[in-house]
Amino acid sequence: MKSNNGKEYFSKEVLVTTDWVLQNLDKKEIRIVESNEDPLLYSTGHIPGAVQIDWTNDLNNPLVRDYIGKEDFEKLMSKNGISNDTTVVFYGDKSNWWACYAFWVFKLFGHTNAKIINGGRLKWEKEGKPLTREVILYQETDYKSETRNDTDIRAYRDDVVFHIKNGMPLIDVRSPEEYTGKRLHMPDYPNEGALRGGHIPGALNVPWAKAVNDLDGTFKSADELERLYLVENHLNSEDDLIVYCRIGERSSHTWFLLKYLLGFKNVKNYDGSWTEWGNSVGLPIQK
Amino acid sequence: MIDKLEKIVKFFENMDNQEKIEYLISYADSFKEVPETIASKPYALDKKVEYCESGVYVWSIINEVGNPRFYFYVENPHGVSAKALCSILEEGLENADLQSVITIDTDIVFRIFGNNLSMGKNLGLIGIIQMIQRQVKRLIQDS
Repeated sequence: MKSNNGKEYFSKEVLVTTDWVLQNLDKKEIRIVESNEDPLLYSTGHIPGAVQIDWTNDLNNPLVRDYIGKEDFEKLMSKNGISNDTTVVFYGDKSNWWACYAFWVFKLFGHTNAKIINGGRLKWEKEGKPLTREVILYQETDYKSETRNDTDIRAYRDDVVFHIKNGMPLIDVRSPEEYTGKRLHMPDYPNEGALRGGHIPGALNVPWAKAVNDLDGTFKSADELERLYLVENHLNSEDDLIVYCRIGERSSHTWFLLKYLLGFKNVKNYDGSWTEWGNSVGLPIQK
Repeated sequence: MIDKLEKIVKFFENMDNQEKIEYLISYADSFKEVPETIASKPYALDKKVEYCESGVYVWSIINEVGNPRFYFYVENPHGVSAKALCSILEEGLENADLQSVITIDTDIVFRIFGNNLSMGKNLGLIGIIQMIQRQVKRLIQDS
């Protein structure tokens, strides 16, 4: 896919347009997945044929702060009629925060054939494209998942500690108010349990929203993204980079664009994010 | 607890998850924005519920026959849960006694929505009720 000014994103095949989705609605090898902040939103109307995968109820382990394991992922895929070779196309509200989050979790399980609808739900609705309340029950599949691999694209607290000690770059994608510690949460959002305000020492602040066009939730052009991350913030696609936010959803959005739109080779999402770091005993912060 | 509101809450408590979703959406569909006779844009920020992800505004007034009425605006068109709760509150608090509004247990959010809400969404919805209660306390003080 080309960005607005014609320059192609690094992995152009991973971002699809709303028009492409409309043209491919009936393809059996494609499964459209909606992931939202508000889980009720799907039921008010969704892209025809889409299934819902909810971060809280479907992807999280109910007993450990972690994601589901291999067997539960296989069940989730099977239930939604997703086979190993299905192309999963994600979209959602909030400029695709949760869609990118679900995409990232799918990658942990090695489901490589996945895409994001540029602009997500907002753009689809603005264009007056069809929505339905009909929920299709797909035939179960025999999905075989890899064991979840957390080493390549997921960062844990200890990885962040190592990163800091070695002076490697981190990006805090939260709002400037959260980054500076003025707020414990993003404007208009509640405080989800962070004891301290500030950021991980050495982290740059590049709010996720800078990468998005406000009007339709699409990603900014490749040129604009390069200017933001490579020129203004002096990052390099060879950098060993960790991104974080509050619980990992906004940073999934930044992780996605850095990896797939700008071609960063080694970028990880720290999903423990500020709700872990800001509360942990013995970990330093900066304001 | 206010009888009318309690009746709605109990109704939700006895539903399975799918029924709950359908009724919540039905309430969200019936959401009515604050009329211009009560407030016009841009709305005063002191009517905005702090920390609600959907950008909810609340107005509590006493109508001409002395009963409280509650009006809402939900900024985020995708704020379905917020719209549903606002509709429930509008219906459930119609003609309610002001003192009893102050004592509404915010646990009704859990009783209506169940445990499927994220912490953030839960706190935001509770914030709507707390905003109503703050406004009602002021109405009582001013009366």
